[in-house]
Amino acid sequence: MRLLIVEDDAEAAAYLTKAFREVGHVADHAADGLEGYAMAEGGGYDVLVIDRMLPRLDGLSLIRSLREQKDDTPALILSALAQVDDRVKGLRAGGDDYLPKPYAFSELLARVEVLARRRGAPAAEPTTYRVGELVLDRLAHRVTREGQEIVLQPREFRLLEYLMKHAGQVVTRTMLLENVWDYHFDPQTNVIDVHVSRLRAKVDKGFELPMIHTIRGAGYMVRDSAR
Amino acid sequence: MTAPADASSHKRQRFLPTLFRTTAFKLTAAYLVIFALFAAFVLGYVAWNAKRLLDDQIRSTIDAEIQGLAEQQRQGGIRRIVNIVERRSRAPGASLYLVTTPVGERIAGNVEAIPPGTLDRTGESEIEYARSSETVDTPSRALVRVFLLPAGFRLLVGRDLEERDRLGIVIRRAAGWSLALVLILGCFASWFVARRVLKRIDGMSETAHGIMEGDLKGRLAITGTGDELDRLALNLNAMLDRIGELMASMQQVTDNIAHDLKTPLTRLRNRAEEALRTAKSPDELRAALDGSIEEADNLIRVFNALLMIARLEAGRVSDNMSELDISEIVSGLAELYEPLAEEAGLSLASDVAPGLKVRGNRELIGQALNNLIDNALKYGAPEQGGDGTVAVSARTIGDQVELSVADHGSGIPEADRGRVFDRFVRLDTSRSKPGFGLGLSLVAGVVRLHGGSLTLEDNAPGLRVVILLPVGSPKPVDTPALAEPAASTAAPNPAGVPIH
Repeated sequence: MRLLIVEDDAEAAAYLTKAFREVGHVADHAADGLEGYAMAEGGGYDVLVIDRMLPRLDGLSLIRSLREQKDDTPALILSALAQVDDRVKGLRAGGDDYLPKPYAFSELLARVEVLARRRGAPAAEPTTYRVGELVLDRLAHRVTREGQEIVLQPREFRLLEYLMKHAGQVVTRTMLLENVWDYHFDPQTNVIDVHVSRLRAKVDKGFELPMIHTIRGAGYMVRDSAR
Repeated sequence: MTAPADASSHKRQRFLPTLFRTTAFKLTAAYLVIFALFAAFVLGYVAWNAKRLLDDQIRSTIDAEIQGLAEQQRQGGIRRIVNIVERRSRAPGASLYLVTTPVGERIAGNVEAIPPGTLDRTGESEIEYARSSETVDTPSRALVRVFLLPAGFRLLVGRDLEERDRLGIVIRRAAGWSLALVLILGCFASWFVARRVLKRIDGMSETAHGIMEGDLKGRLAITGTGDELDRLALNLNAMLDRIGELMASMQQVTDNIAHDLKTPLTRLRNRAEEALRTAKSPDELRAALDGSIEEADNLIRVFNALLMIARLEAGRVSDNMSELDISEIVSGLAELYEPLAEEAGLSLASDVAPGLKVRGNRELIGQALNNLIDNALKYGAPEQGGDGTVAVSARTIGDQVELSVADHGSGIPEADRGRVFDRFVRLDTSRSKPGFGLGLSLVAGVVRLHGGSLTLEDNAPGLRVVILLPVGSPKPVDTPALAEPAASTAAPNPAGVPIH
């Protein structure tokens, strides 16, 4: 995956490029808005990570300009402005995701990978998700594993649906809270963990290998451990 | 010693332009112009009417004389007229008379000189003339009338206009004086009134200046008359009080931050230092770093919560409001927390009336309810054998929506109920549990922002927190929030803070 990081703080930028390269991505860096715009326009990036407050051209204007040029490279906005309205503004300007500072790198990485994957994905979502022997039928609201039906509550179904949609990718607790529950506030407890462990009890119980994995310090991932 | 002289001349130089700029001066000038115009109009009207009246009188006198003389002429001919005219001409204060032959020779009368051609015009005219008895050659003015007698003889009868003109002069002089008087008195009166009002405004200005200089306790004087200026002063004082409250609250936040953030920061530092000093293996170092990150994350949450509370208290989060289905939010949260309650050995019962609508900010109300449920699960464990139900409910009471979260835990002693809303207040009974003492402060802030009320009740045993929110919310202050990208404040989004 090719990434462009537009960030004026040299230390933060160096940390991000290094961290992304360590996990195997190609990361370029632009130090201000105009440079970032020029590089992004050159194209070829899978995801843009853009700081909101930038010299010469601020992050939101940068994204807006790109969108006006019909450039729809997924963009994630990083910002110290962590207010609800700021997030709304960021998304309205054409940003695809919004992460307030300070953030954990694992959170950023998970979100960036989801964005990159979304870009490559076909426009229409498949009606069935399949991970190994685990099958989720979105139309029939049915989940089976090795042919046996697993009965899930509606919320558990949506939780599993989201995890399977991003199978093979790390999904953080915040991402689950935002996307499955549509909550953008801090629950301050491990509520998500409890829901995941309930789901896990239904999906993995009685099978030799787990489907739902806990990724330490990051979140969860659905992956076929058989392969 | 030239300095004082300089200063005073400087002051004088500046005084005049300053005077012209004052509202007192402008008001005075405007009043005076209006007064003067009015007075001039009244006097002009009086003078014009007086002149007309006098003219009418003179005219009717002349007409009467001519009629009388014409009658005499019919009875006794020209000779008779000449006799009468000669007799009347000698009487004191007589009218003007002149009888001429058809060629214009004077036969009788007391008029010496008239402008040529006067006699050719029968009827009325205003002329300058000289009386035959007078030696002064300054001509007088008169209103005359020429009457054609038989055989081409002419009769002129007139009245001197001196009287009328004198009256005109008197009136004009009176007008001048009264105008001057109006101007002078008006000047004083309006200056006096304006000064009185403006002095109070100047007083307000001065007080305001004093406050800006740092006298934050200063307030505007209230005279007690309840007039506009008093009302203004009352409102400004209320505003100053509010500013004072906000500053005090800011001060408190600063103090809180200094006190309650330094403690975890110190812990964080100590942990890192100790790891550096004593850790022998990479695993130990890793564990220490994990601990440090956790500590840092906690700090960020405290920081976010503090910022959010401060913004709520400053009332700056009123944008991004919309009509919310509060029932959906409450049920959603109950569902979110239900597994957690079960894990804690409690049960979460929700009793939510469907379709309740409230005007508000979804994230803020969600966060507030979240905090309450979280508290109930943390502190709501009953004593041995007690009822372990945490009840969440939503219903309408009149034109309000009542949201409540009730547990059967140890509750909050009545004496402490007032202070648990303050920042960083943690009751002794809760010290063993994780938390920062910010949850209820935040709830209080959210409820106040939505124009609702928050009460803590005894659930016997346990605590029942009741939030009352106006249905649909009466505050339309926030409509442009989402449509207006320039609006810049709202609730923090602590969900973005990683918690691992």
